[in-house]
Formats: sequence, structure tokens, C-alpha cells
Amino acid sequence: MNETAAIDAKDAAPVYNFAYLDEQTKRMIRRALLKAVAIPGYQVPFASREMPMPYGWGTGGVQVTASVLGPDDVLKVIDQGADDTTNAVAIRGFFEKTARVATTTVTEEATVIQTRHRIPETRLGANQILVYQVPIPEPLRYLEPREVETRKMHGLAEYGLMHVKLYEDIAKHGHIAATYAYPVNVNGRYVMDPSPIPKFDNPKMDDCEALQLFGAGREKRIYAIPPHTSVVSLDFEDHPFKVQEFSEPCALCGSRGVYLDEVILDDRGGRMFVCSDTDYCERHRPEDGTAPVAVWEEER
Amino acid sequence: MNEHVETPPVAIEDLPLLRASGLTRFYGDRIGCRDISLSLWPGEVLAIVGESGSGKTTLLNCLASRLVPTAGCVEYRMRDGTVRDLFRMSEAERRVLMRTDWGFVHQNPIDGLRMSVSAGANVGERLMAVGARHYGKIRGEAEHWLERVEIATDRIDDDPRAFSGGMRQRLQIARNLVTNPRLVFMDEPTGGLDVSVQARLLDLIRQLVADLGLAVVLVTHDLAVARLLSHRMMVMKGGVIIEQGLTDRILDDPREPYTQLLVSSILQV
Repeated sequence: MNETAAIDAKDAAPVYNFAYLDEQTKRMIRRALLKAVAIPGYQVPFASREMPMPYGWGTGGVQVTASVLGPDDVLKVIDQGADDTTNAVAIRGFFEKTARVATTTVTEEATVIQTRHRIPETRLGANQILVYQVPIPEPLRYLEPREVETRKMHGLAEYGLMHVKLYEDIAKHGHIAATYAYPVNVNGRYVMDPSPIPKFDNPKMDDCEALQLFGAGREKRIYAIPPHTSVVSLDFEDHPFKVQEFSEPCALCGSRGVYLDEVILDDRGGRMFVCSDTDYCERHRPEDGTAPVAVWEEER
Repeated sequence: MNEHVETPPVAIEDLPLLRASGLTRFYGDRIGCRDISLSLWPGEVLAIVGESGSGKTTLLNCLASRLVPTAGCVEYRMRDGTVRDLFRMSEAERRVLMRTDWGFVHQNPIDGLRMSVSAGANVGERLMAVGARHYGKIRGEAEHWLERVEIATDRIDDDPRAFSGGMRQRLQIARNLVTNPRLVFMDEPTGGLDVSVQARLLDLIRQLVADLGLAVVLVTHDLAVARLLSHRMMVMKGGVIIEQGLTDRILDDPREPYTQLLVSSILQV
């Protein structure tokens, strides 16, 4: 560590409790987390705090991370798969400052991964916790606006309406057009919004070895998927659930079977598809330094 | 309470489907309906008539367990033959009953339809709610029911917002009948429709009721509608039933002065 970090740490010490939140708040959130783990997929209300960031920027995820983080944890933060976007960098910096935990961009090294809208391509292990930032926890929200009614529907497991939405998709588009926040049934009981991850990531939630925690700050809800829990994406018998497929590999590392982002290169229709998981992409680049993107450009 | 069910010689068709006793609902100090007892047999259409504010809709909502009565009970004979007190059932059971064995046709189709999803999804919703998970079959069933209520099947993917009042009402009926209910509650099903549309809708309801052997509790202020559809009739005033009997008898030979007034108030063209 250099000198600036030392000064930062000295300044930070008296100002912030470990990981910013006070201990009582963290206990309250942990109680909510325990309940959420005990009832997979059930939305547990919690007393969400004001955080030094606006709603919609991950206030729920940050509170959950702050509550599960210990001094020995190694934190990774991704925003749509990337370690180097504003939100990811800012949240990582936040915990470096307030908890002084080690941070990493390497998925395997992390013990806590806070994510916005992606699940890393690297398979998660039993020693890891994945914390999702959730904007709207209620999967039935746009179908039934009354919260009283949606809670009743969850309570009685009345989920026919969810299929009405999927029916509408097929009727209008010929296939289930939802590509993200695709509803899942957790442990054969609760229907859950997996947060706006691409449906490509849905299968990774099923029987996952890592603990998955979801925090919605504005909506004041926490839910969880314990390790090795069944997570089934909803579908119809004659229109089964399918994930996105990409015709070409990642233009930078050549990986197939990963989720790709489209990058616009110029205003003449030039574009390329690259891994959305930057860590995975960087570690799968060819070692001789030949960037496949160049080859691809020549082919055009 | 249910002893009569166990006596074997009585044929199941001879037992009432729905039975209310001493049904009372107060709104604070005001009376909604008071001490109402009635029985409804399978395949029977019972009309409840009376002027606005007479307690018809309160009674209907109590019968349909959409409103908890202040006193009294409502019993329903389930498909397995057991008689259950509606207000002693769990809410989960009641909701299952409401979307399978019962239908409720609202006066205003907006209350009974999902306006932002297509006609096909509106009809299919109940099927999906009871576990249908085959898109093709759900759609086929929706087409079949749209046809039955005389809505062109090429309108299956249109929103009900694009439908006329009469079409919406027919769609609402289709949506209710798709699970083959045995009992349908109707609250002024033809209210707010012009007369020619009303006539066609009445025709349709009458045909469906006869074909499917539905039991219907029909609330209406329109005596002509009651005469066309119902077998039996109850006249309400001030929250109580003042006269009841066969529809033809009441309309042709009303006994109570109020009923006489009501019958003589029908406009003759």
C-alpha cells in the first residue's frame, strides 16, 4: 500500500463503522437474510437504510454485502459482468474505504461477489456468496399492481398469472420474448424475479453451490437461494425455456457458450460481440497475443 | 348441520347447490340486506330484482363470498357432494372454488377482464391458474370459447380495449365459463348495452345456461331480463325479500303492492 492509502485509512477509521452500516443495522439485515435462506425465494421485508448513493444504484446489494462481509473476505463487484464500469468501481472503492477488505477482479479468488445484472461465467463454489442488486423484487408487479393482492398470491402459490404473461409473449411474438428478469420457481414453491440478469444466466442459479442473496433497497426486500436449491425457469410444455444463443464467438477471446455484449465500432454498421464477463474474457485471451478481433475485421 | 347429505334415497340433483340462511349484512348502522334465506338448485336460474339500493348487489356479493356477511351462513355443495360453509373454508379453498366451480360476471366488463392482455389470455387465465401448461391447448380452448360467445377467432390476440361493450361482456362470459363452472353469479350482465346488443347477449346467455346446465344467480333491475332468463324470482326492497316465486307468476300476478308497482312501471313500446 502506498502513502495515500494509509492516510485514507487513518481518515476512514474514526468516521465509519466496519463496512459503513452500524452493527444493529447489520444484525437486522442478517436476521432478514436468515429468514430468506430458510424460505427460499420468499421476499422478506427489511428496514432498508439510506445509503450514500441513489436508489437504483445498488443500495440493496450494498446493504446485503455490508452485512455479510468480514475482515478476511475478498470482494469482487461487477456491473453487467464488467469489473471496470462506474458502478462496480465505485462500490468496490466504497468497501475498500469503509471495510478495508481485499478486493479482486478474479472470480475464483472472491468470497463475496456483488453483481448487477449478471452471474459470472466461471462456476461459483461453495465458499462464495453472490449478492444481487435488485430493482424490482416482485415478479407479479406489472401483472397485478396491488401489493396486498400479490402477497396473497405468493401466500397461496397462485401463479397462473405469471403464465398469462408468457402466453401473451407467445401470442404476440411467436416465442417467449422475455430476455431478462425471466421468472423462476424456487424450490418448487415461490416464484421469484431473478433480478434483471439475462435469461442466459438462469440455469446457473439452479443447484448452484454458492449462496445467492438478493437485496432490493428501494423496495425494502431481501430474498435468497440457498446452495443446491432447485431453480426452474417458467415455460410451457410446447414452448420450453431456452437461453440465448450466439452465432459467433467472443471477438476478443474466442470463447463460445458465454454471454456476449454488442459493441458498436463506428457509424457504418461496424460492430463486434465480446464477453460481457470482463474477468473471464481477459483470462481466456490467446497467449500469443493475437487478438481474434483483427482477424474478424479482415474477413469483412 | 349436514345430516341431510347422508340420507341416501335423495338424488344428488334434488339437493340445493347453494343455500343461504339468515344472511344479513350491515354497513355500520345501515342495512345492506337482512335475514335472507334462499336455496338454489343445480341448473336453476334465480333472479333477484328490485330498485337501486334495495340490497341486490350486497346479497349477491355475500352469496359469492366477495363480502363477509354480518350474520348468517352460506353453504355450497362441492363437486364431491360434501356441503361446505363458505365462510368456514380457508381463503385458499375459497379462491380455488371461485376460479373453478364458480363464475362472476360483472356489470362493467372492465371489472371482470384484464384489459391489458389479449382476449385469448383473458380466456386462458383460469386454465393457467388451475395448472394448464400447454400453450397450444390453452389457445385452442380459448378459440373454442370465443367461437361459442360469437367473437371472431381472428380477434384472439386483440386487447379487450379494442372491443365494443357487447363484445367485452361476451368475452367476460367466455372467461368465466372456460373451467366449466356449475354456478355463475351475474350482476346486471346486460346493463349499459343498447337494446339490440342486449337482446343478442340475452339469447346467448340463455343458450349457454341451457346447454351447460348452469345454475345462475342473476341480479337485475330489468324485469324483462329476469323474465327471459330466470326460472324463479325474488323481489327485494329495503334489504329484505318481500316476494318470491316462479318468474311468470310474479310478473303476471304480483301480490305485493311494491311488486305491482314495479311490474306496472315497465315501459311498453
